[in-house]
Amino acid sequence: MMCSLALFPPPLSGDGETSQYNESNTDPSVWFEDSPALNLYFPRESLKPHSRQESSSKSAFRDHCETLYTRSAGAWRDAGLSGLLNEIANSSAEVPKWLGVSSSCVLALLRWVSSFHSSLFPHLTLSSEEMTAEFSQVLDWSDCAVRGFAWHPHTQKCAVALSDDSIKIYNPKSATTPTLKHRLQRSVAALQWKPLCASALAVACHNCLLVWHVDPTSLSTRPSSGCAQVLSHPGHSPVTSVAWSPNGPLLVSASPRDTALLVWDVAVESCVPLHRVGGGGVTYLSWSPDGSRVLAATPSSLFRVWETRMWTCERWPSLKGRCQSGCWSPDGSRLLFTVQGETVIYALTFTDNPGVPLMMSGGPKAATVVADLSETTLNTPDGDIMVGGEIQSLAWDPRGERLAVHVKGDAGAGRPAMIAVFKTQISPAFKLLPCGFVQGEAGTEPRLMQFNPNYQHGAQLTVCWSNGKITHVPFCFMSAGNPQPGLGGSPSFPLTQGRPADYNNQTLYTELIS
Amino acid sequence: MFSLKNTQWGSLVICWRAVASMAWSVLLLLPTTALFVLLSRFSLFHPILWMSECLSLLTSASAIFSFILLCGVVLMVGFFNLEYYTVVPSIACSKIALLGQVLHPRQFVHSLVHCIMGVVVAWCCAFTIGGRYRSLGHPCTQDESGPEMCLNEYHLVLLLAGAFIGYSHSLVGVVYNMNYVSFHTMQQYKYLRFKGALPLVVKASAVQALYCLRSFLLLYFFMGYAPRAWICKTLDLSINSSIHSLDSVSSLLDLSLLYHLWISGTFLLLTWYITVLLFRIFVTEVYSFPVQSTFTEDAHQCLPKVITGTQPMILKFLALQDLALLSQHSPSRRLEVFSLSQPGGHPHIWTALSKECLSLLSDLTERLVAHHDTVATNGRAKSQSTGSNKRSTTSSEVTSVGMEDMKTPRPSALIRTPGSVFLRSSVGAGLRTPLTTPFTPDLDSPFSSPALRRLTGPLEPQGALSPGFSSIQSPHVMRRGPKLWSASTDSQLNGSPPPSPGPAPSPSQAQLKPSFLVTFLQNRKDQVKNFLAKRMLIMYLFNKLPEASSQALFADSQVHIWALQGLSHLVAASFSEDQYGIVQTTLPTILSTLLLLQEAVDRHFKLPHTSSKPGHCSCSMGDDSYKTLRFALRSTLKTAVYRITATFGGHLQ
Repeated sequence: MMCSLALFPPPLSGDGETSQYNESNTDPSVWFEDSPALNLYFPRESLKPHSRQESSSKSAFRDHCETLYTRSAGAWRDAGLSGLLNEIANSSAEVPKWLGVSSSCVLALLRWVSSFHSSLFPHLTLSSEEMTAEFSQVLDWSDCAVRGFAWHPHTQKCAVALSDDSIKIYNPKSATTPTLKHRLQRSVAALQWKPLCASALAVACHNCLLVWHVDPTSLSTRPSSGCAQVLSHPGHSPVTSVAWSPNGPLLVSASPRDTALLVWDVAVESCVPLHRVGGGGVTYLSWSPDGSRVLAATPSSLFRVWETRMWTCERWPSLKGRCQSGCWSPDGSRLLFTVQGETVIYALTFTDNPGVPLMMSGGPKAATVVADLSETTLNTPDGDIMVGGEIQSLAWDPRGERLAVHVKGDAGAGRPAMIAVFKTQISPAFKLLPCGFVQGEAGTEPRLMQFNPNYQHGAQLTVCWSNGKITHVPFCFMSAGNPQPGLGGSPSFPLTQGRPADYNNQTLYTELIS
Repeated sequence: MFSLKNTQWGSLVICWRAVASMAWSVLLLLPTTALFVLLSRFSLFHPILWMSECLSLLTSASAIFSFILLCGVVLMVGFFNLEYYTVVPSIACSKIALLGQVLHPRQFVHSLVHCIMGVVVAWCCAFTIGGRYRSLGHPCTQDESGPEMCLNEYHLVLLLAGAFIGYSHSLVGVVYNMNYVSFHTMQQYKYLRFKGALPLVVKASAVQALYCLRSFLLLYFFMGYAPRAWICKTLDLSINSSIHSLDSVSSLLDLSLLYHLWISGTFLLLTWYITVLLFRIFVTEVYSFPVQSTFTEDAHQCLPKVITGTQPMILKFLALQDLALLSQHSPSRRLEVFSLSQPGGHPHIWTALSKECLSLLSDLTERLVAHHDTVATNGRAKSQSTGSNKRSTTSSEVTSVGMEDMKTPRPSALIRTPGSVFLRSSVGAGLRTPLTTPFTPDLDSPFSSPALRRLTGPLEPQGALSPGFSSIQSPHVMRRGPKLWSASTDSQLNGSPPPSPGPAPSPSQAQLKPSFLVTFLQNRKDQVKNFLAKRMLIMYLFNKLPEASSQALFADSQVHIWALQGLSHLVAASFSEDQYGIVQTTLPTILSTLLLLQEAVDRHFKLPHTSSKPGHCSCSMGDDSYKTLRFALRSTLKTAVYRITATFGGHLQ
């Protein structure tokens, strides 16, 4: 497999005020829907992060001597058995000697066992914040002003999670921008609107899931916390990913510390844990757009694909690293995924046999490599630039014509993080063609991206940048589903900007139809 | 004839499922018993002796005999599950209704049999544990009379504990609707579902055994002498006076006894709970009905036929579940639904299915509207008013009613009961003389309503304004005031000055002299209190349980949820799959039915006393998913409407 990025047109030089989109086939005559109301900017200085450190509040109070019993009870409540033992072992002056010694022994034993456990699953040694940062789809989550972004699936409305633990909802048609704040809404890792519903927004928080019901007709700018359903389950924290079923009332949530995948019936606030051996947790979830399958990545080199009719799963072991990201084609038949530490995109094809257990349904036996984004040098008028590297996340537009790949890059080695866009074709055969790069202002890098599901004239990619700006990059094309007369439904279009045509017609990957 | 065949076939399906579940529970009894033997004879300091003893016990002939007994008990429990299960829970709206359920003869049989089975299991446990628990009598030498048989109280306590736990299992089953079989939103294979639920069942049985044990020990401490004396008398055993009797604090705090009682109780509950769990899992498994049959003799097994039938109820549930699943997951079966009949070209299948679903939904709408009208008429059940004045559900009525509800922040269901209590208790059926009739202000009767509405109207804000008055002037008491006082007819007749309430006071009078009415109410405060105090028990019994009426309304809403899912998915799929356009003809009806239901559900959730969020479930074997069905229905309904409109989009115009 050759390097895919070498075939890409080099990015345009210069830095514009807005983000550039280098798609060569963009016809300027096509109506350009750029909604200025949703070009948002969140400078980091305006967001004060919450200082909820326990130490900071402690320093405001005078030291107070409590009895051992009170302290032990507090330690038991806060940190469980190990906290209790720790408390007893530390206050050796007040307890009988045998109790202090035995509790230190038990504590040492516990630590030894847990170190054994975490040597199996190294991610368990991380703190909750680190874990969220590690497994979030956002690049450099802890440093990011915008920590989450979600388009509403049916209307032009979006929710933005900010680093001060608030969520703002923007709707170009209404003057109010509700701000959602909740006591439990801390370190938001992901958020998603409920499909087939006007108002429900699921938020993956530090130790629970919140489902906000924000009435779109309400004029309130601060919906009360009574509008939120709190869904929590013991041991399920931090929650790093949520996914709504595209056609039903179900919500799945994942936590890297919990080996179970939780399937919530949100209306009645009940959940069914799906335990499977291996993996040590669940980090990322993605529900296929047709609702038939769910991708569940684990922190170890293993991921699962659940089939949602009888909830059986298929294991995909023997990866080089953990599955970092994945996305489904609109018909749910193809899964693209990336692996941490590798620069390639893999594809899996599923034949649609709902109800039959996956192992018997003649699913794929092995994943195929469809694109390679390893480092390469491109010639630009300003000199050579390096592109490529590890992949942070993938996004496929809802029509299945554009695939955006968020490349991590390496600032030290002179490779900036950037977004590479591929043209894709799903039927009759899966095809991948180069399209271009999306660049921001100088010195900024993309942190998060999502396609707008309601864009009429092609695809629109929303990118959150490291300086707190959110911009929308439109890709205007005629869908292959309703071809322009005279073009014969071909996904490639005549060029209008005088770029070399061969960039567009060099197919990177074509599926062989046997 | 046809329906008879249908019923027989349906019962057969359910019976086979029940039999399969019983077979599995008997099989699972083997490891459970082995585990019980291991745990009950556990000794920390002699592990080898412990293991060898357990092995020899497990292979002995007497152990096999007690195992057969246990199998019989499990089969019996399974039979009772099959006989008593229900898919629509019976929700008691007040304590008295719950009492009625407990004292029902059918329930009495259930309790009695479970009590006896508890004794049998406890006997098996006593036999297995051995040692001092082995038999009821043991030889002893009383002073100067030579050897005779004495009562072994340890054995007796174990048997009584078994009986108690058996009875409380039956009782708790009624209170928490343990016979209710709920269906799950997520489909899973039986084994996986069982595996997922097993830890919860073990935990629930251990906790429940602990609670039962606490109650039993208290009971035995106070009442233990009675069964002991009775057993001694009937079996001609004597009480060993050299050993202390067990109903003392010191002997009941014997740790080994407590452990054995607890582990036996856990074993008993675990085997029974596993039987219940397996029954639920097997009976609610998805059954795939054929959409159309090629042979006429199988026609009664087809989905359109089963879905319209009513007996047995669970078959209708299974059919609707199958409809909801096929509409989501299987395009080939959807095609059959959209197909036309071969001679004639009529969409019989679609017509039958959609008609049944729509009739179910409109039934629910009617029920909700009726309930709303009843509750909204000032919180008094319609049945208590004369019944002649049926209110039409025009919009003006609804708005006025809504305003009344806004005025009374207190939920209406609470207020309803005192009236019913007093009507039933003090006035009674025969006592209700024509004289009292005008004194019972029927707020919704056109006769007295204007006066009383104006009476209560201006008073409430005033009560809120004057601080010293607020204690008795809560709208709750205000509302109740006229009713209470009018109901106590004796005081009225005995010459206390009648302030001419219902018929007389003109609105101007009431507005001019509010203080008169206020003082009157203050005077009556003590009377009211006395009245309530005397009838506290009745109040307690007849008080509406909160949310019970709302739960009862939506008790069978699982059916409606499936109907909504099935209809909406079929309609959405018809956009691309319906070749003949048969769905289009019913689309307006479907949409209007859904929207009417939406309106009714929205209004129901706006009523006071209907919480807008589901509460948290308790972790026990009783399935309380029926309590949250209305929330599931509300969300499913919204999703269904959105699904249809999102699919058809602009075409609906």
